[in-house]
Amino acid sequence: MREIFFSDLASAMTTLILAVVILTAVPQILSWAIFDSVWTGDPAACVDAGACWSFLGEKHPFILFGIYPPDERWRPLVVILLLIALALWTLPTAHWTRRTLYLWIAGVFTALLLMRGGVFGLQHVPTADWGGLPVTLLLTVLSLAISFPFAIVLALGRQSKLRIFSWASIGFIEIVRGLPLLSLLFITSIMLPLMLPEGITIDNLLRALAALTIYAAAFLAEVIRGGLQGVNTGQAEAARALGMRWVQTTRLIVLPQAIRKVIPPLTNTVVVVVKNTSLVLVIGLFDLLSAGRAALSDPDWPAPYAETYLFIAVIYFAICFGISRYSLWLEKKFEQGVQ
Amino acid sequence: MKRNIFHISNFRGLALGAAAVFMSACSGADRDEPETTAAPAADRGSTLAAVQQRGHIRCGASQGTVGFGSPDVNGYWRGIDVDTCRAVAAAVLGDRDKARFIPLTGQQRLTALQTGEIDLLPRTTTWTLLRDANGVNFTTPNFYDYTGFMLRRDKNVTELKDMKGASICIQTGSMPEVIFADISHKYELEMRPVIFDSVQATRQAFFSGRCDALITDASALASVRATLAKNPDDFIIIPANEEITPLTPAVRHGDDQWFDIVRFSIFAMLMGEQLGISQENVDEMLKSKDPTVQRFLGQEAGNGKALGLNEDWAYNIIKQVGNYSEVYDRNVGVDSPLQIERGLNRLYRDGGLMTPAPFY
Repeated sequence: MREIFFSDLASAMTTLILAVVILTAVPQILSWAIFDSVWTGDPAACVDAGACWSFLGEKHPFILFGIYPPDERWRPLVVILLLIALALWTLPTAHWTRRTLYLWIAGVFTALLLMRGGVFGLQHVPTADWGGLPVTLLLTVLSLAISFPFAIVLALGRQSKLRIFSWASIGFIEIVRGLPLLSLLFITSIMLPLMLPEGITIDNLLRALAALTIYAAAFLAEVIRGGLQGVNTGQAEAARALGMRWVQTTRLIVLPQAIRKVIPPLTNTVVVVVKNTSLVLVIGLFDLLSAGRAALSDPDWPAPYAETYLFIAVIYFAICFGISRYSLWLEKKFEQGVQ
Repeated sequence: MKRNIFHISNFRGLALGAAAVFMSACSGADRDEPETTAAPAADRGSTLAAVQQRGHIRCGASQGTVGFGSPDVNGYWRGIDVDTCRAVAAAVLGDRDKARFIPLTGQQRLTALQTGEIDLLPRTTTWTLLRDANGVNFTTPNFYDYTGFMLRRDKNVTELKDMKGASICIQTGSMPEVIFADISHKYELEMRPVIFDSVQATRQAFFSGRCDALITDASALASVRATLAKNPDDFIIIPANEEITPLTPAVRHGDDQWFDIVRFSIFAMLMGEQLGISQENVDEMLKSKDPTVQRFLGQEAGNGKALGLNEDWAYNIIKQVGNYSEVYDRNVGVDSPLQIERGLNRLYRDGGLMTPAPFY
């Protein structure tokens, strides 16, 4: 104990300063978050009080579901649960089968259909009215799913001996990586419509999805390339010696080893993609974050920013922390497999 | 109420430059005149026909500007701009709820209108020369605003000249940023800007004393004072210049019939107020002997046919949305939390700037 906290003068000072900070901050935070906080009641109760949790009590459906029609809010709720269920089902490596892939395709298709409506007597809800957590989740899932195959092609293309493939891949990856995601979003949401032929408009959500997919593809490609370079060339040579063709070698021997090697950076990219979806607020989509901001603009309430952002942060944290713990577990599991 | 100073011509240059890099394959996309982009609905009447066929009207909306356009806790859009859109829906389709709102950022809004993504842009957009000349048409203002400073009363400032050397909280990219630079230069006030990138940050900075004054649209200042100040009487608002910023719903170039419909839908709300016709008494007013009222409510045919609408179009607006004073009071005026005084937005009769064109 003493060795850890007071081993020399510098660490003793640090310990003391931190202790003072914690001792003063904790009671304040506690009194704000719990003792002085308002859990029920109307806006007036929140004036000059601590945390205004009753604001979240009233606004959480709006923050979670955006401007989706209130009578139809069960649909985005089902979509959220469906996506979470799919994700949980996929966790054990024993479930990494072709069937799970089909389940995902069916699940995402159902989710989109359920959000959109217009069939089976469901009210049609245009994408402009979609919002909140389902938009965040769908953008994440779709952009990752669509970009992953592209990323593999790009990564392989970058290593190709044919100049035209490698240059095209390098050009794409470097241009996209050199751009901030914000500018990509602006290009797809503002410039693209101007460049399209007259009378053709693309859905705002699709445009955002396009930008996120392009961005994710470039970053995933670089991660996968790292994995490809880490695979011993002997592996591919051995496969070829056994008479395997290039496609078989790549699909069965090289890629599985490559991807296994890069699970930590892949997770990293996935976490970044989850958080990047919040940038779509600059192009007018009501994702989780912008729905929260829209909820805050209600003048009836004394604008409880901290509470709302905490609420949103907790959701993002749950998603991102879950992903990173899972990747840690995967890594350990595969390490055992190798040994 | 962020109003972007961004205008289309700059942007098309950028767009085309980027096109060269990113989409060199699409060389067919180069178009020189912004006007030509106006076009999915260039010929007379095509917007009206498209809206009628689609069964709803698409309006550009903000991402939440309370009083002008923001979704309430149930996701139902409310605001003076939203009601303008609903009025057009009532006039054209006979149902105010046949309006859909597409949230747009300040940068997107004009593009969305030009490319036909929306039929109408009522979204706190200031009518300016460059915007008007570059591809959109402004119908008629539904709200007059001006730019103002808000200060603490105890600073003893009564006019601009007293503000020499003051530090001013500004939101970046907004119209007031330009106006601030202009007046600071013009009157040699040597004011120091303290710039923030969001409305909330700007306001919080002002109330926490980071700067002496806050500059933004007077309507926004009034609502900030009414809602965020502990004691509203501690603050005063002074105009920054003599210019008025007319917030005006816009339509695409090239469809005169649609332009007329939107303009007269706004006029109909004003005319309703002028004639004393409200949501409540409109049914009684149908029996009125006054020829002006009869023409207005379509008892005497002619106006509807001229616009290409049913004769009861103005009746529908008043019945379903209300006259201008009802719309104003409900969204930004006495019945709303914003409590913005009518001021410039009174009828001409009452000392304001609002006045409808005659309905015959």
